[in-house]
Amino acid sequence: MSATAPAPHKPAKAADERLLTTSPLKKLLGRPELGSVVGAVAVFLFFAIIADSFLQANSIATVLYAASTIGIMAVPVALLMIGGEFDLSAGVMVTTSALMSSMFSYQMTANVWVGVGVSLLATLAIGVFNGVMLIRTDPPSFIITLGTFLMLTGMNLGFTKLISGTVSTKSISDMEGFSSAKDVFASTITIGGVDFKITIVWWLAMVAVATWILLRTRAGNWIFAVGGGEQAARAVGVPVGRTKIGLYMGVAFGAWVSGQHLLFNYDVVQSGEGVGNELIYIIAAVIGGCLITGGYGSAVGAAVGALIFGMTSKGIVYAEWNPDWFKFFLGAMLLLATLLNAWVRKRAEATK
Amino acid sequence: MGAVLVAVLGASLVGCSSTGGKRAEDARKAAQASGRAAVDTPRWTFAMITHSGDGDTFWDIVQNGAKQAAVKDNIKFLYSHHDEAQQQAQLVDAAIDKKVDGIIVTLAKPDAMKAAVARARKAGIPVVTVNSGSEESKAFGALTHIGQDETIAGEAVGEELNKRGKKKALCVLHEQGNVGHEQRCEGAKKTFKGEMKNLYVEGTNMPDVQSGIEAKLQADKDIDAVVTLGAPFADTAVKAKEGANSKAEIDTFDLNEKVAGGLKSGTLGFAVDQQPYLQGYEAVDLLWLYKYNADVLGGGKPVLTGPQIVTKDQAGELEDYAKRGTR
Repeated sequence: MSATAPAPHKPAKAADERLLTTSPLKKLLGRPELGSVVGAVAVFLFFAIIADSFLQANSIATVLYAASTIGIMAVPVALLMIGGEFDLSAGVMVTTSALMSSMFSYQMTANVWVGVGVSLLATLAIGVFNGVMLIRTDPPSFIITLGTFLMLTGMNLGFTKLISGTVSTKSISDMEGFSSAKDVFASTITIGGVDFKITIVWWLAMVAVATWILLRTRAGNWIFAVGGGEQAARAVGVPVGRTKIGLYMGVAFGAWVSGQHLLFNYDVVQSGEGVGNELIYIIAAVIGGCLITGGYGSAVGAAVGALIFGMTSKGIVYAEWNPDWFKFFLGAMLLLATLLNAWVRKRAEATK
Repeated sequence: MGAVLVAVLGASLVGCSSTGGKRAEDARKAAQASGRAAVDTPRWTFAMITHSGDGDTFWDIVQNGAKQAAVKDNIKFLYSHHDEAQQQAQLVDAAIDKKVDGIIVTLAKPDAMKAAVARARKAGIPVVTVNSGSEESKAFGALTHIGQDETIAGEAVGEELNKRGKKKALCVLHEQGNVGHEQRCEGAKKTFKGEMKNLYVEGTNMPDVQSGIEAKLQADKDIDAVVTLGAPFADTAVKAKEGANSKAEIDTFDLNEKVAGGLKSGTLGFAVDQQPYLQGYEAVDLLWLYKYNADVLGGGKPVLTGPQIVTKDQAGELEDYAKRGTR
């Protein structure tokens, strides 16, 4: 539903402009993620020149891992933003999901997979709660999910202290099902002597599924429609409520995957973590070409945005810059990437 | 406009302060140790990765110690930090990718760091743990742990409170989810004969810390001792005590310039120091000794840098050291 500039001149044959065929190259130039891809290449080249150790296979694997931990969440968050909504509870929801899984298994002395299943259902329920609250009440999603964010932050700490007696969960690594769950959520795949984390696979799979939904299904059209103009979408019969609840469930699913990774990678979960990460997911989606106002963006873009974030945050370390300035560099890099992104998009739209 | 500018410039030239400021700092700097490498070993690179948040005074002192030792031992010293376990582990990975010659790491969230330390060992990089993780350090395969046993430090606080005849104390935790902090309060609870309560505050938000302590002191008039877990919070607790018109004595873990001053003037009761400068300095030095001579200190036990109870008696000289950022 991207608004394109009207064609400057009418073609000679007074054909219907809706039937105009555009060349594949022009189609490519019109993609939302194009700007972020250019930005990613620029950031990559920059660090490749600045930091000698950045280009090693091991370093690339570390950067990809960092990107995937953000990307798994950035993809569903991007879909939600295309649908015109925010989720500020996404960061702590990851921790909530990990805590529930761990504590349920431990307290019930159940097979770890039972906890994983319960955690999936409970996390999806939080997503449904966000969605239902949004469509049943008046306040914008920004406010509603801010409330959820604060409640979850408190619940994470409160329940963990109440149940475990400390601020972190008990170890579940000696329980049945742990090793198989670890294989699924936190194993390492060695290719040519380089260790890649399985989260990279999860990330790519989520990008593929999200892209398919957006571009090839009716649900994808609905997402663009509700983000582009809710009233208009409702008028043409798009199920706005169902679409938005589904999008929030998508974010919850991402939080569940990330949460299980945290749990099975580190075996013990700290109850106070995850706060602030929701902004990083939103930033990744925005760098990837999602509009804050909704109705425009792509899953691939969000993935590239996460990659830029991963490259920048780790590249600064490889470049051995003073860590005091870390956040400054991070902010400057992200701003530059976003500006470049906007500029490329303008150029692309002007050539249409 | 120009006249105003001239007037302001003139005033600033004339109006010099005869106390404090940059000039006093420069004089103190002159008293600080500095110099060149004292050894001719190759220039190794050591990386230190901590769980510190942004802008933490305690870690500045640790870094000062580490940098001092790095100068002396001809070491290139790299520092990075993140307060989320996952990010900290990734930073350790980055250091391993860089093939550094030694790694210094904190184990505030030990389970998250386990795999990262193992990877470092596999890559043949010696690891020294500092500050937190005395119980896990050996099992993870680190050479040595340098730091303070948090439980022992807590117990020392409980005993000191008994000595001072306190009946009801408050333990202020400023970082939710920090296991070491929990251990400190637990240790104090264990040895303290009176009643001890925990209070959680948002350490990254000072007004929140102040209002939290203030509300607690207003709600419970019997509290006669407040123990904060970090030096910057002691001063805030003093303000909160004044706001609540409470008679409680403020005591704290760790030391800084303000705390030393507070001890000297009597606004603070005592401080429990874990000598952060020593933690940074020794970590670099021990890695150097290991690389140079395969020396390991501690005989398989943690090397303790604390607890050291500091009261009014020692506060005078410590204030000077705290001012230059080494205590």
